[in-house]
Amino acid sequence: MKVKDLLAHGFVAKALPDGDRDIDGVYIGDLLSWVMGRAQMDNAWITIMTNMNVVAVASLADTSCVILAEGVDVPDDVIATAEAKDVNVIVSDEPIYETAVKLAGLLSNIA
Amino acid sequence: MSDALVFHFDVDGDNFTSAGQASTQVKKNLRQLGLSPAIIRRVSIAMYEGEINMVIHANGGTADVYVTEDYIDIVLADQGPGIENVEQAMQEGFSTATDSIRSLGFGAGMGLPNMKRYTDSLEIDTVVGEGTTITMRVNLA
Repeated sequence: MKVKDLLAHGFVAKALPDGDRDIDGVYIGDLLSWVMGRAQMDNAWITIMTNMNVVAVASLADTSCVILAEGVDVPDDVIATAEAKDVNVIVSDEPIYETAVKLAGLLSNIA
Repeated sequence: MSDALVFHFDVDGDNFTSAGQASTQVKKNLRQLGLSPAIIRRVSIAMYEGEINMVIHANGGTADVYVTEDYIDIVLADQGPGIENVEQAMQEGFSTATDSIRSLGFGAGMGLPNMKRYTDSLEIDTVVGEGTTITMRVNLA
């Protein structure tokens, strides 16, 4: 499943510079070093953190997208930086657990 | 290291939101050199953790990356407070970061462990009150 395919399922893109990127697995976490240590390349990363460092971590850890759950507000400068750094930023109005369950369903249907 | 390609960066100590600029630039440079995404990822994360550490603890420093055919060396040098107990600092979960740093999502005590995890060797040269130099190597061959 590609990142852009999420948009047909209630997810909203805040930045989609690389929407054709494949999602392979999911990682959930808000502690950035923990994410860098445990997330795998191409994972969709679900978090509620919205500061600028999230963009850097997503870029360096090479996740396929960041999914900001719980309907959190995303600052404009974070969106602009994500566009510039080729980082896909998706938002979900649902809580983290429901977001993950939905993603699991979508990923298993494709697989 | 005479044939090494060298990238040098000054890491700004005050600016938390711009932390990661050096690692992001290195990622770009390594991509242009045609290195594999897996190698680039390891180098980028290890260097970013080091960069963040210099911002959190040492008011910045310098980062030098040496690229040869066989390996990539990352050398991070600061004139910060030094590390009192390296063994303790290497343990997952140990952190001296403040609450404000933690509220940004850092300070999980995974920085040095991640640097070790993603590199083939990690050397820490530290003197309390004088500073720390960290040398990491990722083998290409």
